[in-house]
Order: sequence, then structure tokens, then C-alpha cells
Amino acid sequence: MSYKFDPQARYGTSHEWARAEGDLVVVGISDYAQHLLSDVVYVELPEVGDALIAGESMGTVESVKAAEDAYAPISGEVAEVNTELEDNPEWVNQDPFGKAWLVKIRPADRGELGKLMDAATYEKFVTEEEEKGGH
Amino acid sequence: MNYIPNTDADRQAMLRTIGVQSTADLFRDVPEQRRFPKLNLPPALSEMEVLQELGARGDENDDLGRLSCFLGAGAYNHFVPTVVDFLLHRSEFFTAYTPYQPEISQGTLQAHFEYQSMICALTGMEVSNVSHYDGGTALAEAVIMALQVSRGKRCKVILSPTVNPQYREVIHTYIQGMCLQTAGEGLLETAPGVGLNAAQGGPNGNLLDSLAGLLDRESACVIVQNPDFFGRLYSPAEMQLLADKAHAAGALFVVSVDPISLGLFVPPGQYGADIVTGEGQPMGNPLSFGGPYLGFFTMKSGEVRKSAGRIVGQTVDSDGRRGFVLTLSTREQHIRREKASSNICSNEALNALAAAIYMAAMGKYGLRTVAELSFHKAHYAADLIGRVDGYQVMSAAPFFKEFVVRCPRPVEDINRILLANYGIVGGYDLGRSFPGLSGHMLVCVTELNSRADIELLAEALGEIAEMDAESEVAGD
Amino acid sequence: MTEPLIYEICQAGRRAVSLPECDVPTTELPEGCERTDLPLPEVAEVDLVRHYVRLSQMNFGIDSGFYPLGSCTMKYNPKVNEVAARLPGYALLHPLQPEDSTQGAMALIYDLQEMLAEIAGFAAVTLQPAAGAHGELTGVLIMRNYLHDRGDTQRNVILVPDSAHGTNPATTSMAGFKVVEVGSDRRGNVDLEKLRDLLAQHGPNLIGMMLTNPNTLGLFDEHIEEVLRLVHEAGGLVYGDGANFNAILGIVKPGELGFDIMHFNLHKTFSTPHGGGGPGSGAVGVSAILADYLPGPVVAVNDEPAAECEPQEFCYRWHTPARSIGRVKAFYGNFGILVRAYTYIRMHGAEGLRAISENAVLNANYLQARLAGAYPIPHGDRICMHEFVAQGTLDGAPGIRTIDIAKRLMDFDMHPPTVYFPLIVTEALMIEPTETESKETMDAFVDVMLRIAEEARTNPELLLGAPHHAPVNRLDEVKAAKDLVLCYAPGC
Repeated sequence: MSYKFDPQARYGTSHEWARAEGDLVVVGISDYAQHLLSDVVYVELPEVGDALIAGESMGTVESVKAAEDAYAPISGEVAEVNTELEDNPEWVNQDPFGKAWLVKIRPADRGELGKLMDAATYEKFVTEEEEKGGH
Repeated sequence: MNYIPNTDADRQAMLRTIGVQSTADLFRDVPEQRRFPKLNLPPALSEMEVLQELGARGDENDDLGRLSCFLGAGAYNHFVPTVVDFLLHRSEFFTAYTPYQPEISQGTLQAHFEYQSMICALTGMEVSNVSHYDGGTALAEAVIMALQVSRGKRCKVILSPTVNPQYREVIHTYIQGMCLQTAGEGLLETAPGVGLNAAQGGPNGNLLDSLAGLLDRESACVIVQNPDFFGRLYSPAEMQLLADKAHAAGALFVVSVDPISLGLFVPPGQYGADIVTGEGQPMGNPLSFGGPYLGFFTMKSGEVRKSAGRIVGQTVDSDGRRGFVLTLSTREQHIRREKASSNICSNEALNALAAAIYMAAMGKYGLRTVAELSFHKAHYAADLIGRVDGYQVMSAAPFFKEFVVRCPRPVEDINRILLANYGIVGGYDLGRSFPGLSGHMLVCVTELNSRADIELLAEALGEIAEMDAESEVAGD
Repeated sequence: MTEPLIYEICQAGRRAVSLPECDVPTTELPEGCERTDLPLPEVAEVDLVRHYVRLSQMNFGIDSGFYPLGSCTMKYNPKVNEVAARLPGYALLHPLQPEDSTQGAMALIYDLQEMLAEIAGFAAVTLQPAAGAHGELTGVLIMRNYLHDRGDTQRNVILVPDSAHGTNPATTSMAGFKVVEVGSDRRGNVDLEKLRDLLAQHGPNLIGMMLTNPNTLGLFDEHIEEVLRLVHEAGGLVYGDGANFNAILGIVKPGELGFDIMHFNLHKTFSTPHGGGGPGSGAVGVSAILADYLPGPVVAVNDEPAAECEPQEFCYRWHTPARSIGRVKAFYGNFGILVRAYTYIRMHGAEGLRAISENAVLNANYLQARLAGAYPIPHGDRICMHEFVAQGTLDGAPGIRTIDIAKRLMDFDMHPPTVYFPLIVTEALMIEPTETESKETMDAFVDVMLRIAEEARTNPELLLGAPHHAPVNRLDEVKAAKDLVLCYAPGC
């Protein structure tokens, strides 16, 4: 099975991606993650102004068979949330790296991005995960 | 007697297929010293004998088929239309499991969707689940949901002292391992002007004002019961005021209700409730010595994903036909596991079906009539009893179905004599739950109590008051 | 075949009940309290009855056909239980009536408490929990309070096998504890080495372990006594999930193996009807050291702490244990269910109960033997207990999954087995025939399963398009979750 990877983004082990855009860091879940979930029916997001801590849950992405937490890949403050996902949860399946961004974070420490995997490393990680049989 | 169809010949054939000598061989993995223990049980009975045995035991009880009942306090003697049992006992409903395979469970699923719809209509709310175990556990789940809605940040629960005492106990049991603490239960005893005033329906809003006074940024919810445990009915205006204050503090407004009362009175959905729970037993379910009962649970649609309990949703099949499925299953334990907000799996599906058939059979006018009869008869009873020497009715209007009477003798004594001499099950001894209220009886009157029953009760109470305190119960 | 909603068949002015006129003077309704609308249906009795009869005809119960739903124990529900539960002496009793007027009911509760304790090897039993999960919460809170009273307030970890039912970890979280998963070994037992490691790591923080035995793979743990010993050695307690008790009635007593607490599912093992999802009853048995922690009230007899007692030979009283965790529901439990379970046990006696488990296990092994070779059975090399787990992955049928096999079974008027549980087996198909199925029924099931396996290879469309004869085809669950319609207007 081949998955899409955004070469600009960095990745966490729980399948979130993070991409610097100006002052902010845009975050979403990867193509592999949406594939595991299958049809997404609902996305729960934090509120603007919420403080996020790297590794802690910032919301959930729900399909018919699973409701997975989305974990903040870096620490910071929520600057924007993608409110359009409320009416269009299927974008997560269709365009996980583009239209279906979840939140934009004002990072506490941009250096944290460096701790995440780059696209090539993440791609290998996904292959290993698949061989183990699932998520 | 057992229900095993296979004969020894069948078993021999099967053992050969499996490749073992005897059934005992199938239990090789069981530690040898522990295997095949003796069970010290009475010998097996035939169907005939077991019915005789159960019948004899049942006859030892004084059941309400032969008595008139003025006892409520969380379980109510209401009329069950004959259709309910007939339809409930269709074995396709009765012996089916949870509708995990929807294509062959449309009966259960649609019946539950209809139940959800009717309960929403009754309570004025937007979404219902298929049931919790009873009114008490439903209320405990409401507390958990309020905690979830606050994302685990608000750990205070403002709990009215006039909520059913058993429900409050259940809440305390459930929240032991959580951050939650309750506040407000002490208001009944301590604050001047609150106490029994609240039960009396005295200066309006004293208790509600005191509860509102406890609201702060820590409060997840405020919980009240309407009508409360004493039968006192709060007006929509009073309730709305408390709801507004709760919302201003960022807390949810939770109301536990008697479903029969909603045949007549404004439902909590119309006065600001975020969650409405209650005991559905009065609708189509027998008293059955305390269970199985029915916890109904309704909420606003925006928060449904924070709730627990199975929910049926409407959808279509591959040919576009309307059909029903269990939905939002990802909230539940079998998917979320340790992240589920509640562990509930089995519910009270059959009792919900009984309630649905009841609501459909009663309908708009039937349920209103039941409520009206209960209302008028309770007030009539209060009038009569209020005129009996030695007794004082503590409840001022408004009340529904139940009211408080101060008695000249211990309630337990009165009830013993009522039962033995008059064939009457008397009201609840409030001293059992509220130390300050010993000597007070909670009297309940429903559509099943005739005028003659009520007049006999008043007469009996009068006679009992005049009896010598050491008077022996007839036949002792 | 579809049936309109009850709201869609109602007509203004129709009634299905008759109620008497008010025979007392009326009282004015309190101002501002009266509701102006009550959107409930209005139907005539004949239409009401037809509606629900037609709905029931779109349903499948144990009385309709074979229902091998693993882990649910879909055994035949004896009708005598229904007659017993409906006797006025039980059905028409108010829970708060004077105790002297309900001695027969209390005696039944007491006897059932005693019988279940005897059957499973425990010192005391509560019948208050309304379902298995409810019993689990009860049990975990008992463990918590017992250990906290002993001063072990730092203990907050519960070990749960990876094969566990979802209620186990969910219960652990509700009680405020952390779940640590223990893996299974190649033979489907708790992996002893992994267990030892985890106990070494978490020992001082351990509340205990929740264990189902036989487990959800249908296997009796080959090291069960060692597992229990290790947990006890680390200072923890062992909670038994009794969902699979149908395999071991009269075969072994969990209390004697070393379980400290166990819940029973009366609606599984003891034949009470499933009702479309409930009501159940999750009685809980405990060892002697935990008896004081049971939720109250339980029924006690004369010679136990009970003050004012009439001079009778037996005197049943409500008793709240000294260190009770508190009540877990109003009143005493699902009494109507207790009457049914009691009737069932009285009909069977000790020998009858043992015959239940012997036949349940025999039937499951028979099906396992006959399906081996046709379907992968990961632990088919072992004797199973009352159920076994196969997989719906077939050689030569790459596009077919367990769900397709399940849907095709419906075309043969059989209910599918449990699917996709336990999670540790992919494409799981959990089959539990129970003891109340005849050899012919099971042979017919095998024939159908073999036929479906063949169809999977030669004519997969039959499976992918199944069910073909049900009231509806496969339903769009994505739409149901996304476009929520949970209630019928008006008022929703």
C-alpha cells in the first residue's frame, strides 16, 4: 500500500504532521493515519487560545470504527482551528495535508520541530508499522 | 430438568469426531485437584415442582394485587395497559441480543429509535440514548458527562438535597475514583429557612437560591429533581432562573424527573436543562421489587459525543431504504476501551421497549390523563388527611403525586397497622433517609388509587391515631 | 420490507387506552406549570399491535434460530422463568414495602446469594449490580477500598490481558486507575514471562489484575494458578470476569483457584433473556476478606447483625456491610432477573449445572473439529472451552472478509457469530453454540459454513452482496455517524 507524504512536513510517532508557515506551525494527521481510520465522520478540535503540551491530546478524529486522539506534536498556543472540518470531515480522507489541517499553533519553541521525524524517516516508520500489522 | 437436546448417542458421535474418549477429557487444562468440585445445592426440580415452589414463595409476600398502595419514593404503582406485556413477549424482541447485526435486528433498532423519539418529545430534549440501568445510575452518568464536557477541568457537582437519596448515594459510589466532589446536600439541614421549607414549598426559591450560591468556576453541573423527592413541583420560571445562573457560571443544568409528571407539566427541555434523566419504571414496567427498571437519559445534540450508552441512528441501505443502526459507537467501551467515559455495555433495552409501547399506547391524551388523575387524587388525599386529627400535611401546593405528612406516631408503627388491619401499604418513612424528618410520611397517590381507597386511608389514619400506643396489631 | 415509524401512522384523535373518569374533586393546576403540547403518538390499539408485531417480524431471536454469538452465551431462555418472574408475589411487590410483607422475595434473594457463592466458591455475594460492566465497577471499587483501607493508597495500576473485553479497561479508568496490558503467549495463555516483568515493574503500585478464564479466545489458561499466585505475591488482588462461566459450572470453582472477586452475567450463564440488549444482572461474589465491602443492602438472616427481629425461624433483613463501597443502583438489583436465574438453578441442581458446561464445551469442540481445515483457527490445536475463535480469511478468496461471511449466514436464517472480537485476532469470528443446540442444528451450521467457504472462492458476489433476504440490505454506517438523525421530528 503506498501512502502520500508531504516532504515539507515533520512527523510524530502518533502520525501527526507539522509544517512551519511564517510565525505559526500548521498541524494535521497523515495520509497513513486517515487510511487506518477509514471514513472520518467527525473532528473535535481545541479552542483558540488553548495551551498545548507536546505529546498530549489536542482533539479527536472519529470514524465509524475508531475515535483516535490527535496529539500535539509541539507545545504552544492554539492560534487558529479549522472550523470548516465540522461540516466537511471527509476532507481528512481526501486531502489530509492540505484542506484538512486541524490547528495552527503559535509554538513555544520552534526547535521542537527538529525533534520530529522528517518525511523519509517517517516513511520508513510507516512501513515498519504496517509490517507489524496495524497501528 | 434441563434444556440439552443431545442424547448420549449424539455425544458419543461428537466425541469421536473430536477424538477424545469422554467429556471429562475436555477439561484436562483445569488443575486436577480443583476439577469437578461438589456443588452443595438443592436437588433438581421438574417444571411442575419449581412452579409450585416459586408459587408458594410468592404467596408468602403481600403483593399489591391484593392491597392498596400509597407508597412511592422512587418506584411507582401505575397502570400498565395490557398490550404492553403481549407485545413485549414476542420472542423475536425478547430473546434477541444487542442489535450488532442491524440487517436482522430492524425490529429492535426501530423500536428503540421510536423510544428515543418519544422520550425526547416527553422531556423536550434533542437526543436520547437507549437506556441506563435506572434513574440513579442515569444521574451518575450525567455527572460523568458533565465532567467530560468540561474536559476534565471542573470537578465540583452541586447536588440538591431534595434529589432522591438513593440516587445521591449512587452518585457518591460512582465518583469515588474521580476528581469529583459534591456540594449542596447539607443545605436541607443547615441553612435557616431552607430545611423543610423546601419540602413545604415555602418561600419560593430558597433552596434554589442557595444552590445557585454555590456556583463557581469549578462547577461542572447543578443537579435538581423536579418534582423533588418530597413531591414538590418547581415552576418553569424558578427552574429557568437556576438554569441561567448555572450557564452564566459555565456549568450544566441537570434535571431528574418523573416521566408521568411530564404528561401535564412543562418539560425541563423548555426551561434550560442540558441533561434530563429519570426513572422510566412508571411507564409500562411492573414494580418487581425494585428491578429491572429503566434509566432514561436525554441531552442537547451538541454534546452527544460526550455521552455514554447505546444510541440508535437512522440511515439508508444500499437500495436507499430507510433503516436503523447503532451509531456513535466509537464513544463506547468496546472501541474506546480505557478512554471510554463509561463502561456501560448491557442496558435495559427490554424495559425501554415496554416504556415505548406504553407511551405509544397512552399517547398524547392517555399520559396527560394519567398525570391529571394522579395530580387530583393526590391533592384530594392531602385535603382529607389534613383534616384528620393528629396529622399535618407539610406540603403546600404545588406538588405532584406525593406529599409529606407529619404523623402522631412513628411511621413504621402506622404502616404495620395499615397493612395488617386495612390492607393498605402506607407511605415512605422519611426518617429512614432524613434524620430530621422522622415521624414524617411521604404519601403517594396515582391513578390506581380509587376515591374509596383514599377515603379508607384517611379513615384508617384517624383510627390509628386514636389507638392506644401499645395497641396490638390484630392477629398477633 | 420496511415499517413506518409509529409517528408516521398516527392520526389525531386516535386512542389505544381507556382510563376511568376522575372520581375526586379537581384541584387547580399551579400557574405557569402546565405544558401546552405533548408530541406523543395517537394510534388505535389494533394499529399499535400491528406495528409492533411487524417490527418483531423483522427481528431474529434465539427462538428464531441458531445464534452462536461468541461471548454472549445465547442459550435457550426457558419459558418457565417467565411465568415465575410474572407471579404477582414477585412482580407486584414495591421494594420499600414493610420487610415482613416481602419475606418470600427476600428469601429468594438470600438463597440465590448463597447458591451463587457455592457454585463459584465465594464467601459472599451481592445481587445489586444490573449488568456485567456494573459488576466490574463494583469489583474494582471493592479492590480499591480494601487496599486503601490497608494503607496502600499509592496503588493505582490494574493489569488487563490484551484479549480482554472492552469493559475491563473502561471500568479501570472509571475507578481512576491506569491500565497496563499483558500480552498472551503463542498458546493463548497469559504470557508468564511478560507478567513477571510487569509485576516487577509495577508491583508496589499494583491494585491487581482483571482476568477472564476461560478467556476471550475460549481457552482455559494452562497456568491459571501460577498467574493468580504471582499477582497475589505482588500484593495485588485478582478480579474474575465471569462472562465465560458457562464453561465451568461444576467443573471448577474460581474462588478455589484463587480469584478474590468475580462477577456473574446472569443473563448469559443463567439463561435470563437478552431482551435486545438488556436487562442483565451482574451479581458479584467475593472472598471472605472482601465481604464487608459489598454494596448494600444484601439480605442477611436472623443470626447476623440485625437488631429487632420477630420470633420466627428465619428472619430475612436488609443488611449493609460494614465497609460497603456504597450502593451502585437504587433498591436491590434487577429482581425480575434474579427470579429467573433462581428458577433456572432450582431446575438444574448440581448435576444439571455440570451437564450444562460439559455439553457447552463438547458442542464447541465439535464445531471446532468440524470447521478445522475449512477456516483458520489460530488455537485449533488446543481443546477449547465453550467457544472458539476462527478467522474469516480464506485461501483463494482474497476479497472476502469476516463481515461478508457473517452477512451471508443471514441468508440461511442463522445469526452470525461475534465478529472482530477479540481484537488480538484479525478478522475474528467467535463461535459459541451453547449447550442448548442439537447436533443436527450444529451440523446444519457446519454445512452452511462450508458452503459459504466454497462460495467465497467461486462466487464471492453472493457474499459481498449479502444479506439478500433480510428486511434491509447492508446499511450505511458512515452516513449514520456523520449525518446524525437520532430522533424523529416533531420536537427533535
